[in-house]
Amino acid sequence: MYAQLVKSTGEGVKSRDEMTGEERAFQDRIDAGEKIEPRDWMPDAYRATLIRQIGQHAHSEIVGQLPEGNWITRAPTLERKAILLAKVQDEAGHGLYLYSAAETLGVSRDELIEMLHSGRMKYSSIFNYPTLTWADIGAVGWLVDGAAIMNQVPLQRTSYGPYSRAMVRVCKEESFHQRQGYAIMMKMAFGTSAQKRMAQDALNRLWFPSLMMFGPSDAESVHSSQNMAWKIKINTNDELRQKFVDQTVPQAEYLGLTVPDKALKWNKKKGGYDFSDPDWDEFFQVLKGNGPCNRERLDARVTAWEDGAWVREAMVAHAEKTRAREIAAQ
Amino acid sequence: MSSEWPLWEIFVRGQHGLNHRHVGSLHAPDAGMAIRNARDVYTRRNEGVSIWAVRSADIAASAPGDKGPLYEPANTKVYRHPTFFDIPDEVGPM
Repeated sequence: MYAQLVKSTGEGVKSRDEMTGEERAFQDRIDAGEKIEPRDWMPDAYRATLIRQIGQHAHSEIVGQLPEGNWITRAPTLERKAILLAKVQDEAGHGLYLYSAAETLGVSRDELIEMLHSGRMKYSSIFNYPTLTWADIGAVGWLVDGAAIMNQVPLQRTSYGPYSRAMVRVCKEESFHQRQGYAIMMKMAFGTSAQKRMAQDALNRLWFPSLMMFGPSDAESVHSSQNMAWKIKINTNDELRQKFVDQTVPQAEYLGLTVPDKALKWNKKKGGYDFSDPDWDEFFQVLKGNGPCNRERLDARVTAWEDGAWVREAMVAHAEKTRAREIAAQ
Repeated sequence: MSSEWPLWEIFVRGQHGLNHRHVGSLHAPDAGMAIRNARDVYTRRNEGVSIWAVRSADIAASAPGDKGPLYEPANTKVYRHPTFFDIPDEVGPM
């Protein structure tokens, strides 16, 4: 998902007998549906896992601005441009909510940014794919934000208070993103034959990368079961992927577009679609840094950070000077 | 790496007549910028009519461990709630 392959540092779920008194009291609070707040006691592994997960989520929001930002200057109408600007600004906001939530766990903003830039922290694999045409902006909103919503809606119930509250805020804003994407797709799919071809082409290229967003199957993973016991993770990757496919296929049919999967078939018995797995080798290659746009994305982030350094410093200097002047005047 | 901007807690009054409510935090070099940033981060959809920004370092908070001594005494003082008292119907609304 926006946080893919988050490994907890623990060795799987401890039985109640193996837990210390503090750990048992902590697990009881989570089981009772209580929220954990920043100053409450928490296991080190819970803290470390959350920093990784929320950090990765925040980085995804920020890096996710880049493929869409690519089209702001080339949006087909002024209205589309204003809408896209608003959406990209929302993504910046989502990143900020999430960075703030991560910081309550004792990591600083600068540390988080440094970890992204040095490659020690990841962001979602999906943003390493290019947005080649305007139809891609539609497909990103429809599929990528759609997949993000699948993951973020249950995370509103996550056990860590600040993360949960950030998710509530994000979810409120996210459905605008998906609907604006689908509205672009409708315009294209019901437009000229060239526009329809572009829409189909965007779906062809982004379908499997969108399925990868949920991460590989983790039903057997010890990390996953610990994260689920801590309510850091609410559903398995496969559950969310299935839900996403079931919801999205009829939306593609409405557009008159074909999902690029020959194995896609309604399975009456399970009440959901059967579908092909994405190419997991490609997924791991993209995570390793070998996707089509990894270098470009990270370079853009680092350049923005370095080029903005003098502004950040100047504003601190200005704030200090103003404060000194106020003190002198008193 | 330069020094990080301080952290501010942001409070927004949603509508006239309501209290300011904590909505989240952000980094800013000074109070003026904290309010400008809060406007962009927390009120993009008409969420507020007034913003407060407070340096996070200036907030005093009760400790989670003090929950018992601070709040449990209230549990035994049910007479602080009006429903503790039975007033006969004949008396009328009270």
